[in-house]
Amino acid sequence: MDPRILTAAIAVIGVPILLVGYIRLGEWFLERLPRRIAGRMRPYVWVFPAVAFATVFMVLPTVNTFFISFQDARGNPVGLDNYVFFFTNPETLTSLKNNVLWLIFFTGFVVGFGLIFSVIFDRVRYESWAKTAVFLPLPISAVAASIIWKFMYEFDPPGRPQTGTLNATLGAFGFEPVAWLINQTTNNWALIAVGVWTSTGFAMVIISAALKGISAELLEAARVDGATERQVLRNIIIPLLMPTLTVITTTMIITALKVFDIVYVLTSGAFGTDVIARQLFQRIANSDYGRAAAVAVVLLLAVAPVLLFNVKRFREQEERR
Amino acid sequence: MAVASEARRSVVRERTLRRPGFLRRLPLHLTVWIVMALWLVPTLGLIVNSFRTVPDMNRAGWWTAVFPPSGFTLASYEQIFRTSGFVDALINSLLITIPATVLQVVIATFAGYAFAWMKFRGRDLFFIVIVGLMIVPVQSTFIPVLQMFAAAGLGGTFIAVWLAHAGYGLPFQTYLLRSYIGSLPKEVFESAEIDGANHVVRFWRLVVPMSIPAIAANTIFVFLGVWNDLLIAVTYLGQSPNRPLTVFIGQQTTSLGGNWQILTAAAVIQMALPLLVFLGLQRYFVRGISAGAVKG
Repeated sequence: MDPRILTAAIAVIGVPILLVGYIRLGEWFLERLPRRIAGRMRPYVWVFPAVAFATVFMVLPTVNTFFISFQDARGNPVGLDNYVFFFTNPETLTSLKNNVLWLIFFTGFVVGFGLIFSVIFDRVRYESWAKTAVFLPLPISAVAASIIWKFMYEFDPPGRPQTGTLNATLGAFGFEPVAWLINQTTNNWALIAVGVWTSTGFAMVIISAALKGISAELLEAARVDGATERQVLRNIIIPLLMPTLTVITTTMIITALKVFDIVYVLTSGAFGTDVIARQLFQRIANSDYGRAAAVAVVLLLAVAPVLLFNVKRFREQEERR
Repeated sequence: MAVASEARRSVVRERTLRRPGFLRRLPLHLTVWIVMALWLVPTLGLIVNSFRTVPDMNRAGWWTAVFPPSGFTLASYEQIFRTSGFVDALINSLLITIPATVLQVVIATFAGYAFAWMKFRGRDLFFIVIVGLMIVPVQSTFIPVLQMFAAAGLGGTFIAVWLAHAGYGLPFQTYLLRSYIGSLPKEVFESAEIDGANHVVRFWRLVVPMSIPAIAANTIFVFLGVWNDLLIAVTYLGQSPNRPLTVFIGQQTTSLGGNWQILTAAAVIQMALPLLVFLGLQRYFVRGISAGAVKG
C-alpha cells in the first residue's frame, strides 16, 4: 500500500480528532478541579496551542537567528563579521538596492493603480466585470504567474518572429525586441511589473470597499457647490480614504521587502535582479548559516518600523473599543 | 432647511439621471477596457499555449492560435502527467494543504474565542506579541527551525511543513478570528452561561455556528495560501520527495533553461484549483482578504 494513503488518512481524520480531543480532554480535566482554579486555568488551555506554535516556530527561532548571526558557518563566534560582509559584498548590496526599488515602485504602483482603478471602475456599469479581471491574478500562485509572464517577456533574436507578447507588440510598431529579463535596464522593472500585476487587485478591492462607504450625497454636494472632479478626488475622496491607503501601503511595503517567488522563478536572482529574501534562501541552501542569519536580521530590522506602527495602531483601536 | 435639502436632493437626482453621451464617456470606457485587457491577456496567453505543442510555441506567438489553424492539442498535458515527479507533486500539494489548513483554522478559532471572551492575566501582552508576529518575516525563523526538524528526525516530512505552516499562519488567523468572534453579541454568551452550558458546548453550539462566515473565508484564504506557497515548501521540502507542485514547477523552470515551455500545462493545473475556488466562492474569497485590511 502506498504509504501516502496512510499519511492522507492520518492527516484528514487524525488532525481534527486530535484538536477536538485536546479541548474535550482539557475541559474534562478542568471540570474536576475546584471552580475557582478551573476558571483561572481555562483560558490558558484554550490559547495554549496557538501560543505554543507561535513561541516554538516564531519567537524562539527569531531570537536564535539573532545569535546565529554572530557566528560563522561552523558555529564559532565571529562578532560582526557577517554584518560587515553583508554591507560590503556586491551581491548582497545589489539585492538591498533592488529591495529599495521594489519598496518604492511596487508599493507606489500597486497603491496608485488600486486607487485609480477603483475610482474609474466605479463610473461604469460593468464595474464588477472590470474588478474581476484585475482581481483574477490574485489567486494565481507567484510560480504560475512567473510562467505566465515568461511568455510575455519571451525574447527571440531580432529578425526572427517574436513569440513573446511584448516583443511582438513592439515589433508591430517597428521597434527592436528587448531581452526584458536579461537586459539590466529593464529586468528589475519587468519583475516589479509581475508583482504589480499580481497585487493590484488586492489594493483595488479594499480601496473600492472604502470608496463605496463614502456618502454619495457628500460628493454630490461638493459637485453642486462647484467643485471640479479633480478637487473632489483630491480634497474629499483621498483624505477620507487615507486610513485604508495607509493599511494597504504598509501591507505592500512588507510584501516588497519579503519578495521571493517571482525573482526565484523568473531569473533566480541573476543579471542583477537579486533580492534579500532570495539571497537568504541561497545562503541557507549552501548551509552558510551565519551569513544567512545576518541577512535575516537585516530583513527583520527593515520591517521593524512597520511592526511597531502596527502594534501602535492596534493599541489605539483597542482603547477606542 | 427642509426646503434647501429637498432642492439639493432634486439636483442630485437630476444629475444622476442625466446620462452623459456615449462619446463623452468613450475615453473612460477605453481606459477600462485597456486595463481589463492588460490584466487578462497574460493569463490567456498561458492557457492558449498550454494547448499547443512546444515546436508551435517556438515558431509563433500564442495569439496566432486564436484563429485557425490553431493546432490545439492535449500533448502538453499528456506529457506532464508522464514527467516523473509531477503526479507525486500534485498529490503532495493536497497532502500538505489540507491538514495544514485544518490545523491552523481550528487552533486559531480556539484562541480567538479565548482572547475575545475570557479574561486572564497576560492576555493583552500575548495578543500584542501576536499582532507583532504577523509582520515578522518567516525567513527569520528558517535556520533554527530547520535545525530543530533535523534534530527531531522530521526533516523533509509532511509533518514538518504542516507544523511550520500552522506556526507561521496562526498569528494572522488568531487576529482575524478574535476580531470576528469578539463582535458577536454579548447577550448570547450571558444567557448560555446562565443556562449552565460549559465552554465546549458554547464553543461548538454558539461560537462556531455564528462564526461560519469568518471561518469559511479564513479557510479558503489559508487553503489557497498554502496551496500557492513556494518559500516555506522549498525551504523545508526542497530536497524531499514530498515537495509540492509549486516547488516542482519552480525547480523545473530554473533547471530546464530554454525548455521550460513544457511546464505550461503544469502551471495551468497548479492555478486551476485556486481559480475555480475564486470564481465559485468569490464573495467569501474577497471577504477573506479584505477582513484583515478593512477591520485593520
